[in-house]
Amino acid sequence: MNRIDTTFARCRAEKRKALVMFVEAGDPTLAISEDLMLAVAEAGADIIEVGVPFSDPMADGPAIQAASQRALESGTTLRGILAMVGRLRQRTEVPLILFSYYNVMLQYGVEALARDSVVAGIDAWLVVDVPPEERGELAPATAPHGIPLITLLAPTTPPERAQALLAQAAGFVYYITVTGVTGARDQLPENLAGDLERVRVNSPVPVVAGFGVSTPEMARTVAAHADGVVVGSALVKMMASAAQPADGIRTCAEFVRSLAAAMR
Amino acid sequence: MGESRKGHFGPYGGQYVAETLMPALIELEAAFSQAWADPAFRSEFEAYLRDYVGRPSPLYFARRLTAQAGGAKIYLKREDLNHTGAHKINNTLGQAMLAKRMGKPRLIAETGAGMHGVATATVAALFGMKCDVFMGEEDIERQAQNVGRMRALGARVVPVHSGSATLKDAMNEALRDWVATVRDTFYVIGTVAGPHPYPSMVREFQAVIGTETREQMLAAEGRLPDEVIACVGGGSNAMGIFAGFVADSQVHLTGVEAGGEGVDTGRHAASITAGRVGVLHGNKTYLLQDDDGQIQPTHSISAGLDYPGVGPEHAYFHDTRRVEYCVVNDDDAVAAFDLLCRLEGIIPALESSHAVAAAVPRAQRRGPGQIIVVNLSGRGDKDMDSVLRYKAKQGRT
Repeated sequence: MNRIDTTFARCRAEKRKALVMFVEAGDPTLAISEDLMLAVAEAGADIIEVGVPFSDPMADGPAIQAASQRALESGTTLRGILAMVGRLRQRTEVPLILFSYYNVMLQYGVEALARDSVVAGIDAWLVVDVPPEERGELAPATAPHGIPLITLLAPTTPPERAQALLAQAAGFVYYITVTGVTGARDQLPENLAGDLERVRVNSPVPVVAGFGVSTPEMARTVAAHADGVVVGSALVKMMASAAQPADGIRTCAEFVRSLAAAMR
Repeated sequence: MGESRKGHFGPYGGQYVAETLMPALIELEAAFSQAWADPAFRSEFEAYLRDYVGRPSPLYFARRLTAQAGGAKIYLKREDLNHTGAHKINNTLGQAMLAKRMGKPRLIAETGAGMHGVATATVAALFGMKCDVFMGEEDIERQAQNVGRMRALGARVVPVHSGSATLKDAMNEALRDWVATVRDTFYVIGTVAGPHPYPSMVREFQAVIGTETREQMLAAEGRLPDEVIACVGGGSNAMGIFAGFVADSQVHLTGVEAGGEGVDTGRHAASITAGRVGVLHGNKTYLLQDDDGQIQPTHSISAGLDYPGVGPEHAYFHDTRRVEYCVVNDDDAVAAFDLLCRLEGIIPALESSHAVAAAVPRAQRRGPGQIIVVNLSGRGDKDMDSVLRYKAKQGRT
């Protein structure tokens, strides 16, 4: 069994939901991201999304835009990220999802990236701006290596389309909780619970929910209707506002522990 | 046209957007094909083009410019005489009519030079719709007049600080807004780029330029022109006029990219000439980017050409050699601006000045007996400050 399936099976056995944390790779440097990801995993994150910085992050709100900018300023490249992931993989078995905009992958070369992802220890790809309509750009490269392409569903996805998308889902499904860009929010849509349950009933794989989840209370609420919860911008902001990276890592680890505790 | 697989032009185009937007694009595609096939929609569109925009725009023989060049006859397609002063309104009118038909009460748009923003604010006022225009801070400064026009027309101008604070960042911000408001908002993209169906849809709305030019040329000269020249940023005015001649293989089509301070200086906006294939703003096309796929800052004296990409159909026409793409630098664009002012009494937009600059040497090379049409896509009133600043910097007056 691969790391993603193993993780969800373990969560099910322990009767809890998976905590998925997003970390922007290279913010502020790759060395610090590596330590942060390890600390986040040890504090209770079940899966980590490794964010690849892009100059034009169209689906992201201010927190991740700024993180992306900082990561690029520190000279972060996809090649550097894979090397970091390779080192991190020596230290943890936490599933690592490569979370990226397509152009960065396209310039690396999709086939080379698939090969190098497996070597580094990446478990799946989540490509923000490649919808099922353009999946043919990626699938021929990922399929031979058994790399799942994570399916995204949005509140705007109509039921028939959701059905078709779920049919080709692998690894897990990422349900976008809000109609909008990434970013911490105070409130989530009222009909979220019902929408999530409908997706879960029809999904062949676990369903995680993300976008806007920023507190342990929100994580607990969402976790009641999903197989996992994703938290991103809140962690990114916490790291950015720390006086020293070491403080940031400590605060982030504490935050992850509080999220994990709230979801038990 | 070059459309092959649905929404693709050869390997270019496509729909590279977040899932949240996909249903809206599917809905838009269906709504556009229905509307475009509906005679009532078409005749309403044509009536507005005639009575509101002032079409057909004249095809004007530039006698003194022709004499100065000393070769082929140069005709100007006068899109600068349209209501709001550029070709942009052909497209915003079509998209606003479509928004109305789809029951979307709010329009958003990105703008660089401000011409597309003004054209969108104009049709929003015409149809009683809400309108927010995203504009880079740097552009707000260099195009202050257009900001005032948009506000006068009742639109809100939203300053964009992120990235290079120019057109591409305005488009990022418009897309971010659209992701959050997609249920009641129509995104009026100003050029033949973006995800399918925008490149084809905008080309169809702008094709009136080419259709008219073809008829006017046949009426004036009894034959087709030898060459048609247009500037290319995203490329909507070029795609509009080319649409009338793509099937006539004897007509040479030339797209002029912004060379800024020179392609070899790295400070330019010539995506086809100096870019590589990539994905940005929902489509695959030629982009100015580094080896890691990060989009590069661009430069052009003309805010409307200051964009790191180009419409996917242009990318395809480049590969298939149907269109020749060349480059004109800031210097030569400003010289052509002066030339047209002094010789013809026409103040061209800096964007269109690039096309004029390419036309003069080409007219010389072609020699008498041949005919060139330049798409004069917009008027230059908005650019007076930019031109004066540029000349002051160069130590000229």
